[in-house]
Amino acid sequence: MRMKTSDENLVLLAQTGDAAAFSALISRHYDLIHRIGFRVLGSKSEAQDMTQDLCLALATKLKSFRADAKFTTWLYRVAINAARDRLRKRKTRQKANEGWGDFELNSRAADAENRAQLDWLHQAMATLPEDLRETVALVLGEDLTHDAAATILNISPGTVSWRMSEVKKHLRALAQKEELIQ
Amino acid sequence: MNDLEKLQAALRDATPTPDADAKAETLRLAAENFARVQENQSAARPISKAPSSGSLWKRTTAMFKLSTLRPVLYTTSCLVVAGAVFVAYEPFNDNGPAIYDADLSLDETVVSEPEPAIVTETEERAPAIQLRTKPKAEITAAPRSATKAARADEISETMTTSQTQSVPQKRYSSGGVTLKGSGRFGMEYQSEQDVLAQKPNNEGGSNEPENALSFPSNKQLRSQEAAPKGQWMGNDMYSITAPQDDTIIAPQPNNDQFAGALENPVKITTESPVSTFSIDVDTASYAYVRSTLLNGGHLRPDAVRVEEMINYFPYDYAAPAVTSDVPFSTDISVTKTPWNPDTNLVRVAIQGKKPAVEDRPPLNLVFLIDTSGSMQDANKLPLLKQSFALMLTELRPTDQVAIVTYAGRAGTVLKPTNASDTATILNALDALNAGGSTAGGAGLRAAYALADQMKAEGEISRVLLATDGDFNVGINNPEDMKTAIEKNRDSGTYLSVLGFGRGNYRDDMMQTLAQNGNGTAAYIDTLAEAQKTLVDNLSGALFSIANDVKIQVEFNPAAIAEYRLIGYETRALNREDFNNDKVDAGDIGAGHQVTALYEVTPVGSPAVLNDPLRYAADAAPLGGKELGFFKLRYKTPGATDSQLISTPINMPETPNTADFAAAIAGFGQLLKGSKYTQNWTYDDAITLATQTKGADPYGYRTEAIRLMKLAKARK
Repeated sequence: MRMKTSDENLVLLAQTGDAAAFSALISRHYDLIHRIGFRVLGSKSEAQDMTQDLCLALATKLKSFRADAKFTTWLYRVAINAARDRLRKRKTRQKANEGWGDFELNSRAADAENRAQLDWLHQAMATLPEDLRETVALVLGEDLTHDAAATILNISPGTVSWRMSEVKKHLRALAQKEELIQ
Repeated sequence: MNDLEKLQAALRDATPTPDADAKAETLRLAAENFARVQENQSAARPISKAPSSGSLWKRTTAMFKLSTLRPVLYTTSCLVVAGAVFVAYEPFNDNGPAIYDADLSLDETVVSEPEPAIVTETEERAPAIQLRTKPKAEITAAPRSATKAARADEISETMTTSQTQSVPQKRYSSGGVTLKGSGRFGMEYQSEQDVLAQKPNNEGGSNEPENALSFPSNKQLRSQEAAPKGQWMGNDMYSITAPQDDTIIAPQPNNDQFAGALENPVKITTESPVSTFSIDVDTASYAYVRSTLLNGGHLRPDAVRVEEMINYFPYDYAAPAVTSDVPFSTDISVTKTPWNPDTNLVRVAIQGKKPAVEDRPPLNLVFLIDTSGSMQDANKLPLLKQSFALMLTELRPTDQVAIVTYAGRAGTVLKPTNASDTATILNALDALNAGGSTAGGAGLRAAYALADQMKAEGEISRVLLATDGDFNVGINNPEDMKTAIEKNRDSGTYLSVLGFGRGNYRDDMMQTLAQNGNGTAAYIDTLAEAQKTLVDNLSGALFSIANDVKIQVEFNPAAIAEYRLIGYETRALNREDFNNDKVDAGDIGAGHQVTALYEVTPVGSPAVLNDPLRYAADAAPLGGKELGFFKLRYKTPGATDSQLISTPINMPETPNTADFAAAIAGFGQLLKGSKYTQNWTYDDAITLATQTKGADPYGYRTEAIRLMKLAKARK
């Protein structure tokens, strides 16, 4: 019953060359990587590419996982790093495009209310600097505690809390701007 | 609902469910990749092909064939030498540590390692055997710790494999084997320097993740720099950011790799009067040089192939008569050497026939486009799209176009479509996105298969491969690539290679592809270059008029004491290959020109470099007016037997003044750091080029003069 085996045990098995364990592990966490990818990068196709690259890399990368941490903590970190890497590469390509910059509005499916929400989200995310976006992806997106997010990002919990208050400020500023326009 | 809750809700609503197909595909690929990694622990990066041989010995020998290995071996063999010196001294040394103060710059690496163990070991004066093994152990350790510094996970993976697979005892012995090999290779390298076709593939200290054995990191190399001072060891030329700790996708250091060899040496006519080479119509090197000079990067001598620079420019050669059976005319002349008053240049040129454009057969083009992650830079995929769009305007309604991409896996993006349907083709081009790794091998197979399918009687099929040459999935060493291409070459489908971008450019791979695929390699750095290659010279790039063109020149020892072929180092053939129709050589396209220059030193000239032999038989004084004899073999497309053209080279009363080709040859040699150009300078090159520029309708020559000025300023 592989599905009930803990992540950590699956990793151990995979590290010894168990292909089924490896497959179980990545199929279990594909969505997690994809979510992080989308929420940091703001594009479905980018998230998909990132996820594929990372899943392929995991075959070798997994060896660097040490059992002293929780697997998901490690995986979140690896995924955040993968997303950062992509952003960095995009930045060198063209300055303007730093994630959520070319967010495709899926407006065909979305009704008016949803579209307004998407618009707002797009604006909000696009104004956030990269580190705040990562924090949002973990704290709001994954519902992680500030402590957990701090471990993943390798910063202090205080910094996570501070970042979240920064996010609030950004959102408030955005709201004020919208009021001004209307 | 406060702002954060609102953001959370919106974020979750917006997050799409992963595409089920993409997910399944990824899981499948990942599983395959995992299996591969297990099967071949040295597979650091996803490759679709397991090594054909499994035994440790076979893999070890295969390893030596990797082009990136030699610098590593050279470096490590230098460390062996250092170790040997160290061992020899040790027993006589009473104050153990003092020896480390000795001025052995090589030892710096060892000492600087956070590994005080060695010091204590030697102080203890271990028994002789142990002493001998110590340096070996240290050396096997050196690249490993280097890898750690590089911190690309794949690599540490690779390096640790050998450990995990065998017990420590065995590891040392295998280290011994490696070192023996490295010593041998180191020697071989030096002795081959003077010969040909060397591939000094040192890569500025960056890791080369495709290959099983990786190159030490930048930092590590820098500390070893004092050791091997070969021409190829210029790692200081690069500043590469070390890959980040958790870099997922392959990092992008300046991994450009070149097939450039060391200069051809001067040959003594009495000893080896015959020079044989394959023609080369490629121009990639010139474009690469231009892009480096314009962007202010450091130009590596091995990136310069002088013949490709010369052949970049159109010259005023007489075209063959349209009615002539021979598809090209030859043009031989003797001029003065700009950089040496006592020698002459023999220019051997051929001019391809330009068939009437209207008569050309319908064309099937398969664009094989690399859409891997490394192609996303503005000077790669976007430029490629524009370039192909430009080219479409030159095609006829009867021509057909198909597009195959490869990134992670190969796929047909556009089924064979008539060239008149530009909207469909342009849309397909536009939709291309870069992402994923490069499954070059699968892509090539798919493209060849498609080209085969499109082929009809009397039509020409050609695969146009556009890539930065980074084939990191599939075939990852030039030799395997060669085998794969050779299989397809005989099907009559040609292959052209268009190189894009920098930083990851695998010139050696591109050369292998083009030379073995009956095609040409061009490097596209600007849209103007795309215009030249794909529009102005389209017919030359796409229609071969003669295959396997080989040139052999026999010099007359009575007239010429020494000679030297300028460029064509990577195109050298053995003397006996000339008459062997099985040996592949370069192709010439419609309207193409090929120019080769020999610098010849007449008998009795003060420029003769070698003293005559005291016991040599006197050269037969034969037809003193003839400098040599020119022979050329070619096959008409599709034929298996070659035809021969031959003509004597006569010494004119007075040699012509040097021409523009000579100026470019001189320029190329200056860039390459040639030892034969003596006191000639960039200023001289500029003066000569300016004088001989002529009409220059396309402005290519003017641009070359600008590059000369740039090179001078940067010197």
